[in-house]
Amino acid sequence: MSMLEVFHLKKYFATQKAVDDISFKLEQGTIFGLLGPNGAGKTTLIRMITGIFYPDEGNIMLNGKKFNPDNDAHRIGYMPEERGLYKKMKIGEQAIYLAQLKGLSRAEATASVKKWFQRFEMQSWWNKKIEDLSKGMAQKLQFVITVLHEPELIILDEPFSGLDPINANLIKDEIFRLAANGSSIIFSTHRMEQVEEICDHIILINKGQKILDGRISDVKQQFKENLFRITARPLPENLSNNFFDLLTQHDGILTLRIKEGHTPNEVLEYFIGGKSSISDFTELLPSLNEIFIKLVEGTSVSRQFQTIQS
Amino acid sequence: MKKIGLIVRREYITRVRNKTFLLSTFLLPIMIVLLISGTVALAIKGKTSHRVAVIDQNGYFKDYLKSDSTISFDFGPGIDSLNYTEKNCSAVLIIPLLNEGEKTIVRLKYKKQLGLANIDDLEKRISSAITDHLIFTKTNLTRARLDSIRDDADIAELKTFSDEGKNSRASSQGLSYGIGYACGFLIYLLTFIYGAAVMRGVMEEKTSRVAEVIVSSVKPFPLMLGKIIGIGAVGLTQFILWIGLIVLLAGVAQAFIPHELLTEVNNMQQTNAMTSASSVQSSEAARQIFEVKQSIANTNWLLIIGCFIYYFLGGYLFYASLFAAVGSVVNEDPQEAQSLLLPISMPIIFSFIIMSIAAQDPGGSLSVWASIIPFSSPIVMMARIPYGVPGSVPYWQLLLSMTFLAAGFLFTTWMAGKIYRTGILMYGKKPGWKTMWKWAWKKQ
Repeated sequence: MSMLEVFHLKKYFATQKAVDDISFKLEQGTIFGLLGPNGAGKTTLIRMITGIFYPDEGNIMLNGKKFNPDNDAHRIGYMPEERGLYKKMKIGEQAIYLAQLKGLSRAEATASVKKWFQRFEMQSWWNKKIEDLSKGMAQKLQFVITVLHEPELIILDEPFSGLDPINANLIKDEIFRLAANGSSIIFSTHRMEQVEEICDHIILINKGQKILDGRISDVKQQFKENLFRITARPLPENLSNNFFDLLTQHDGILTLRIKEGHTPNEVLEYFIGGKSSISDFTELLPSLNEIFIKLVEGTSVSRQFQTIQS
Repeated sequence: MKKIGLIVRREYITRVRNKTFLLSTFLLPIMIVLLISGTVALAIKGKTSHRVAVIDQNGYFKDYLKSDSTISFDFGPGIDSLNYTEKNCSAVLIIPLLNEGEKTIVRLKYKKQLGLANIDDLEKRISSAITDHLIFTKTNLTRARLDSIRDDADIAELKTFSDEGKNSRASSQGLSYGIGYACGFLIYLLTFIYGAAVMRGVMEEKTSRVAEVIVSSVKPFPLMLGKIIGIGAVGLTQFILWIGLIVLLAGVAQAFIPHELLTEVNNMQQTNAMTSASSVQSSEAARQIFEVKQSIANTNWLLIIGCFIYYFLGGYLFYASLFAAVGSVVNEDPQEAQSLLLPISMPIIFSFIIMSIAAQDPGGSLSVWASIIPFSSPIVMMARIPYGVPGSVPYWQLLLSMTFLAAGFLFTTWMAGKIYRTGILMYGKKPGWKTMWKWAWKKQ
């Protein structure tokens, strides 16, 4: 049974099919990347999962039961892309208040806030106000507030924007720790290198529709172009043959594409037969960035408005 | 429900703890007192006396028009309608030859306005001068005799009593008017102050983007409700503090009344009740204090305060959700709120205008209907209630008004809640009326 299952979710606005029939599954303890260009419908999808919007059609199941925004709010922690906290409220009090809104008792909330503030070395912030914090500090606080009530599902929209590398690592480690403890994490971002580093599983949506779904390693296999890099000296005299195309050549490092029906072994044999000594041979898998661009490119860069009849 | 409680608590505590709350609680009454006493003082002090030159072709007005502190008359000689300003007069009164039973125009030419009250006064003086003159010429009454008759005749004193079946209680129209006007004005003021506070609170949540964080824990409707209730509770607290403050100040004020005067007043209270206060030998000051005390004691404060709280809360709830809806649809720019606020503030301002009529004429049909329709009832009804229930305001009117108000605020809250729900998460262009109307009737 999956932690979160989404079936045929639809949400149409007056001028856009924001989410148009999206389904996916999220297993417990995984870190799930929700990718897509600007305006693809990520935020709308997240807002439906957090219970902020009602879907026009489709179902959301949480642990096999139909998601009920009124009772399941405490299971979800959501950090929106547009961060926001009360500017004039004291930080400790505010964190307790928001945790209480998630259903914790005052004592539980206080204990939890203290624990997290200690972990992130934020104890001295207790009586300060948000307006006293820098952007990065506010970001850290927002993350803590998102996870205070130990939600089963954590949704993070661009959690690293505006963070320096040290604090970004702190949060990253925390994300791994939470996942290892059984929380499931949905991670929405445009930064593909972070996705590759953090996520187990991704879906890519564009124009309200899901266009890619799978484990990162599978996705890379799916989009591989049989590219290999070989470092060999000296090179065989004749590099043109019928089982690979030479793409680039620079100082003994060659990039080549193996033709359909041939194997890397044949390539290696060819080089060995050419009296080359091989110091490196690697398969070049596409980066997520390349996959993203390949899939999204060609569709118009900005989403057009359309009229929806319903 | 538990979450609404949390929201109410936060809204209440953050506001009550705020310095501006304390400041406004204690400064507003002081400012109102200063304002009132200031205008009264100015009105008394600012009563300029006017000199009026008189050109009288009848020759007898000199004997009847007596100068006093407000108007002094100058009968010349050598005054004409051209040189009166040089003689320090602000106006000249030209009385042509008057023939009995024949309407004649008496003209007043002025360089400096005398003011409405003074003109009225002047007209009365002229007509009583003519009356006196005619009495003397047509009868053989002497002046002294006429004056003593006037003095002897000045013995009837009108007191008003509101009829409440078995017993009737003394009432003071002036006091009823004062209380009614003050209550209506206060509700008008508080509706605006606390309505605007709700709107600012909603805007703060929207612009600081905390709304999205909270809405993932609590539905928008309870969030709006919690805010409205919390701020309403702040208003109620402030009102109760004000009552306490007034009682305290009244106590302090009493301490400044000389002791002999107070015992005199107490004597009056004991001996009086049945016999008229003026029959007891007492000083003018004691009598005034006694009368004020008497009419304050005869006012049904419990009813007034109870109704005030109901109408304050009802009116506040009626309008607060509308203010919240406006706050939810505007973005950072407070200018945007202005145009949306107009349709909300217009009915409140209209109610205020009707209220000032109702405070003088509590039984008029405009007052009655405006005090039943929920748009204006909180402000207008409070102006009528001090005149007496069920005398001036029959029970059915009060009941109807209260029911309509409750139904009204349930309706506005329900409708505004739907606009709020959509608006709070919308950024970008401000929606038009048409869009908001659609939101209000949308199912989900």
